[in-house]
Amino acid sequence: MYTQALDSPQPPDLERRPGSPGGEPALERRFEERIERDEKIEPKDWMPEAYRQTLVRQISQHAHSEIVGMLPEGNWITRAPSLRRKAVLIAKVQDEGGHGMYLYSAAETLGVARAEMLEQLLDGRAKYSSIFNYPTLTWADVGAIGWLVDGAAIMNQIPICRCSYGPYARAMVRICKEESFHQRQGFEIMLALARGTQEQRAMAQDALNRWWWPSIMMFGPSDASSTHTAQSMRWRIKRFTNDELRQKFIDVTVPQAEFLGLTIPDAALRWDEASQHYLTGPIDWSEFKAVLQGNGPCNQERMQARREAHEDGRWVREAATAYAAKHGSRRHE
Amino acid sequence: MTSAATFPYILRLADTSLVLGQRLGEWVGHAPALEEDLALANIALDLLGQARLLLSYAGEIEGRGRDEDALAFLRDAAEFCNVSLAEQPNGDFGRTIVRQFLLDAWQLELYEALSGSTDARLAGIAAKAVKETRYHLRFSAGWLVRLGDGTAESHARVAAALEELWRFTDELLTPDAVDEEMAAAGVAPSLAGLRLRWEERVGAVLAQATLKRPAAASYLWHGKRGVHTEHLGHMLAEMQHLPRTFPGVTW
Amino acid sequence: MSDDWPLFEVFIRARSGLEHKHVGSLHAADARMAIEHARDVYTRRQEGVSVWVVRSSEIIASDPEEAEALFEPARDKVYRHPTFYEIPDEVKNL
Repeated sequence: MYTQALDSPQPPDLERRPGSPGGEPALERRFEERIERDEKIEPKDWMPEAYRQTLVRQISQHAHSEIVGMLPEGNWITRAPSLRRKAVLIAKVQDEGGHGMYLYSAAETLGVARAEMLEQLLDGRAKYSSIFNYPTLTWADVGAIGWLVDGAAIMNQIPICRCSYGPYARAMVRICKEESFHQRQGFEIMLALARGTQEQRAMAQDALNRWWWPSIMMFGPSDASSTHTAQSMRWRIKRFTNDELRQKFIDVTVPQAEFLGLTIPDAALRWDEASQHYLTGPIDWSEFKAVLQGNGPCNQERMQARREAHEDGRWVREAATAYAAKHGSRRHE
Repeated sequence: MTSAATFPYILRLADTSLVLGQRLGEWVGHAPALEEDLALANIALDLLGQARLLLSYAGEIEGRGRDEDALAFLRDAAEFCNVSLAEQPNGDFGRTIVRQFLLDAWQLELYEALSGSTDARLAGIAAKAVKETRYHLRFSAGWLVRLGDGTAESHARVAAALEELWRFTDELLTPDAVDEEMAAAGVAPSLAGLRLRWEERVGAVLAQATLKRPAAASYLWHGKRGVHTEHLGHMLAEMQHLPRTFPGVTW
Repeated sequence: MSDDWPLFEVFIRARSGLEHKHVGSLHAADARMAIEHARDVYTRRQEGVSVWVVRSSEIIASDPEEAEALFEPARDKVYRHPTFYEIPDEVKNL
C-alpha cells in the first residue's frame, strides 16, 4: 500500500545522484547474490541506484502515511465518548506519529533528509496511502479505521519485517510490535457498538459501508496493473503481491464482520468453495485513481492541515535553532 | 476521614488535569514538529491518567454512584472546578507552553506536598503524578527558555502570552475556605508556602528565558469555585457531545 | 534562519544489566531536547532505563568493504545524508 504511487513519474530530486555510475556489473552481481542469500543490506553497503530510489520512495510514502494518518483519528480525540476511549485513542495516534519517526529515520539512512521528504509531501510531489483521504464522520469511523485500516496495514507490514533493507526491516519489527493493540482497540469499539443500541448498530454499519471499499483498495492496484511489483519482489523489498495480500485480508475480515452482525457492502461477495476464498464484486479503480491524484473526499483538508502545522510551527523551530546557536547545543542540559 | 470539603477539593485537582489534558489533545497532529506531537500527546496522556484516578476517587467520596465518565461527561460548566488557567485556549505553541509551564510549576509543588497527605489514597495518586509532572516541567521550562531567548519573534510571542495569562495565576496561589480546611486537616499543603516556592521557581525560569515577570494581578473569578471563562462551555460542548446525545449507552 | 534541526542517533539501555542498543534517529535542536525526544519516541512502553544521544555526524563507522572503490569517504559519514556535506550558502543548486 505504500507502493500505491510507485508507478507514477518520479520527482526530479530522486533522479540519479552524482557519482553513481550506470551499473557496475560485478557489484550488481554481488548485490543480487546477497539478496538471494537473504542477507540484509545496510546503509553503507553498495546498492543499485534504482534499489535505493525505490526504497526511498516506499519508506517515505510509508512515513507520510503514518503522519497524515494521525489526522482522521486525531479528529475524534476531543470527542471520544469515554475517558478510557480517549486515552487509548491518544496513545494510538501517538504511536502513529512514532511510526512515522521510525520510518523517516530509516529513509534518512538512504541519503534523503527529513526536511526534503516533508517538503515533497507538502507540495504534493510525494504520496501517502489513499485511505487517509477519507473523512471520519462518526465515532464508529474510529472503530472502523482500527479494525479495517490497521488490519490491512498489519497484513502488509508483517512481510516487510523480512525485507532486504536492514533499517526498514528493523523499523517494521518495532512497528509490528506496537501495532497489535491498534487493530484490537478498533474492533473492540465496533463490538461495543454492534452490541449496543439500534442507533449504535446503525452507526457501526454506516462506518463499515464507507470504509470497506477504500480499505481493500489500500492494497494497491491489481497485480496485472502494477508494473513495479516484479522488481520490488526480486529485491525482496516486497514479499507478497498486492492481490495476495488483499485476498488474505478479505478472507480474514469477512468472518469478523459476520461476528459483529454487520453486512459488508458488497452484494456480489461470496465464498468460493473451489479456491477456498471470499470473492468480491468489482473494485471501482476510478475512485482509487481520483483519490491518488488528489481528488478524494478530503485530500485538500489533509494537506492543508499538514501545511499549516509546518508553516505555523516555523517560528518555533527557528527559535530552537537560534537558542542552540547562541548557547551551544550541548548546554541547556 | 473526609469532610464536606474533600469532594470539591479532589474535583479541583481532577478537573484541572482533565481540562488541561483535553486542551493538549487538540494539538495532536498539528504540532511544530513530529517530535513535539509525541511530547504533547505524552503529557496529555499523563494528565488524563491523573484525571481518571482523581475523578474515580471523587466519585467514591461523593457516594452518589458517579464514576469517572459520569463526572467528566455529564456535569455542566458551573459544576467544573478546574482552575481557569487550564481552560484557556491553546493559541500558538508559545501560548500553550506558557500555560503549561505555569501549571506544571504549580502541580509539581502541589503533588510533592500531597505525596505526604494524611489522605492515603490522595498521597498515592500524588506520588505517581510527581514523577510525571517533573518531566512535564522539564519539557515546558525547556521550551519557555528556548522561545524566550530564541528569536525576536519567539520572544515577542511568549512575552505577550505571559502578560495575558498571568492574571490566572492568582487563583493557583490564593487559598479559599476549601483550601484552608484541607490544609488544616493535613490533606493539602498551605498555599502560602507553596506560593513562595512557585514564585521562586517560576522567577528563575523566566529570568533564564529573558522574560519579564508581569506585574502582580489579582483576579477574582476563580474556576475552582465554578466561575469560569467563556472558553470552558465550548470545550465541554465538544467533549461531552456523544454521551449527552446517547445517554446511558456503553461505548 | 534555519528551522532544520540536526539528526541524532539514539541508543537505549532497555533494562539494567543490558548494554545500550541503537534504536534509530530523531531530530532535535539541542542535547536536552534530544534526550527528551528519545525518551518520548523510544521508551513509551517501558523499554528504557538509560538514553544516549549522539549527533549522527559524530559517528565514525567502519568501512564494510575496505577494498572496494566507493563514492564517499569511507571512515565517517555513517549515512549518505546530504546535510553532512558543508557547501557554502552562495553555491546554488546543490
